[in-house]
Amino acid sequence: MSATVETIEAMERPPVTMTSRLDGELLEVSMGPQHPSTHGVFRMNVALEGEIVRKLKPVFGYLHRNHEQIGEDMTYLGSMPYTDRLDYFCSMTNNWAYALSVERLAGIEVPERAEYLRVILAELTRLQNHASLLGFLLSDMGAWGTPLMYAFREREKILDLFESLSGSRMMCDYMRFGGCRVDADDAWLSRAKQIVDRFPKFLDEFEALILQNEIVIARTQDVGKLSPELAISAGITGPMLRACGVNYDIRKVDGYGIYPRFKFRVPLGDHGDTYDRLMMRALEMRESVEILKQALAQIPTGPIVNPKVKVRAFRPPVGEAYGRIEAPKGELGFYLISDGGPNPYRYRVRPPSFINLTILEDLCLGHVVADVMVILGSIDIVMGEVDR
Amino acid sequence: MRGAKIEIMVNPGPARQSSLLIDHDQAVAVATFLRDHPALGFDFCSNVTGVDWLDRTLKKTTKVKQVVDGVEKEVDQTSEEKIPGYLEAIYHLYSMKLKYGPLIIRMRTANRTDGVHLPSLTPVWRSAELQEREIFDLYGIHFDGHPDLRRILMWDEFKDHPMRKDYVPPDDFEWEPTAHDEVLERAKQHYPPRPQLDGAEKITAPQS
Repeated sequence: MSATVETIEAMERPPVTMTSRLDGELLEVSMGPQHPSTHGVFRMNVALEGEIVRKLKPVFGYLHRNHEQIGEDMTYLGSMPYTDRLDYFCSMTNNWAYALSVERLAGIEVPERAEYLRVILAELTRLQNHASLLGFLLSDMGAWGTPLMYAFREREKILDLFESLSGSRMMCDYMRFGGCRVDADDAWLSRAKQIVDRFPKFLDEFEALILQNEIVIARTQDVGKLSPELAISAGITGPMLRACGVNYDIRKVDGYGIYPRFKFRVPLGDHGDTYDRLMMRALEMRESVEILKQALAQIPTGPIVNPKVKVRAFRPPVGEAYGRIEAPKGELGFYLISDGGPNPYRYRVRPPSFINLTILEDLCLGHVVADVMVILGSIDIVMGEVDR
Repeated sequence: MRGAKIEIMVNPGPARQSSLLIDHDQAVAVATFLRDHPALGFDFCSNVTGVDWLDRTLKKTTKVKQVVDGVEKEVDQTSEEKIPGYLEAIYHLYSMKLKYGPLIIRMRTANRTDGVHLPSLTPVWRSAELQEREIFDLYGIHFDGHPDLRRILMWDEFKDHPMRKDYVPPDDFEWEPTAHDEVLERAKQHYPPRPQLDGAEKITAPQS
């Protein structure tokens, strides 16, 4: 260095010409794809200034298998088991969204008992998805193992129910056009009732232990704030939207299936930060328990599938239909165009977690790199659905 | 806004979700109007997707009265109408404020080869950002005015658009761990012969 040092103070201070990492120089870090907190093979190119995120570009496509093209090459029913693999945590709601769209496309009615079974299974799916999401999120925050195992204990009970009904724990392939595949007997229903009745106890415990934990509050409150205007414009749906205070639940708005018959509330957040998104899941589970109690009490007897629907040579009339449901992660929609043939001309999945990632950069800017994982965890993504 | 061309496309199916066909030039103005008009209020663009329509011929049979051998008869006359192919972008709009929908709007490109430009609606609805990128990737529609139009699901070096109806998947799956017999045979035709790999035994075998 050629500059002459005149005082001791000047010697201690670094010269102005020297740039450090903290002086605006950006360090590019590639987070993922093989990272336990990215919930699958997902990568983010992050530009860091010190520890602060200045830029973030998500990179998709590691799990891309062109699901939509495979759907166009198969018969309508042939795609049903493949929808399980979209969001592999919630195969029941994926089935329902697809069945609903095809029913709209072909104008099929669904019998009463099948509608009840669908509601019961969708709400059980919501319970296990939200429970395991909370576990994963805490795992991302550094609460290794224990909270996740608490959540998985409950999830396991529900998966056992799914297995005894459909034969599979996760890849259920349960819904059919105009109904469901197998009927639930009384023993199954009483087992479900038992699990539902015990579920609030888990919620009380979980909320007392975790959601009021000081560290959790410090890590999540005021982190990743989302304004309602941006959320609406960016097409955010599900618990993430309602955490911003926007009252939009497709179960209430569209009233698909038989949801208008049930009494339940839509929890809304205030701040739109990560803590609200976390609490939103806990509160929604309580409402799901309410719906389940009503549905299990009211379920009628009767057929579970519409006998008029052809299983073989199923050809919907020419036309198009868009059907959507409130999946645990947000609005899951299927858009189908039929040309009168045995397979759809166009088969499109509207994946909620993919579209919820639109504003990932906006949420993370200005936060430290450790918060990126917490924000990503609170969005609740599953790569099977994001990359399709 | 004045003079915007809008056509109603009727959906013949039981879903009865008909759509509006919008002209390119006024698309952003129409979209902004749909979003900002207080009585319409379509603030939520739920689903954006592309469709590929190949060249088609529509056959129509019409009954025409003709004089055959001095007797008037009704004769079926078939007329063929050729529809050139195009790509389509479809937007499903809902209103979160007024809680209704969907309104479906669609835009069509001029053809499937060089006129594949459409105006981007990402400035109007942010939710179209990743979905329009996906359409660009899988269908090859160029959205003018999109802030960051790159491939999203396929890798950047990829050449074709795999969701097009006339897409032919590559047959050189040689790099696949499960490549076998006929796949390998087909793959060989893509490359100049490589004796060190393909005919190794023949070269190294001792000449008796």
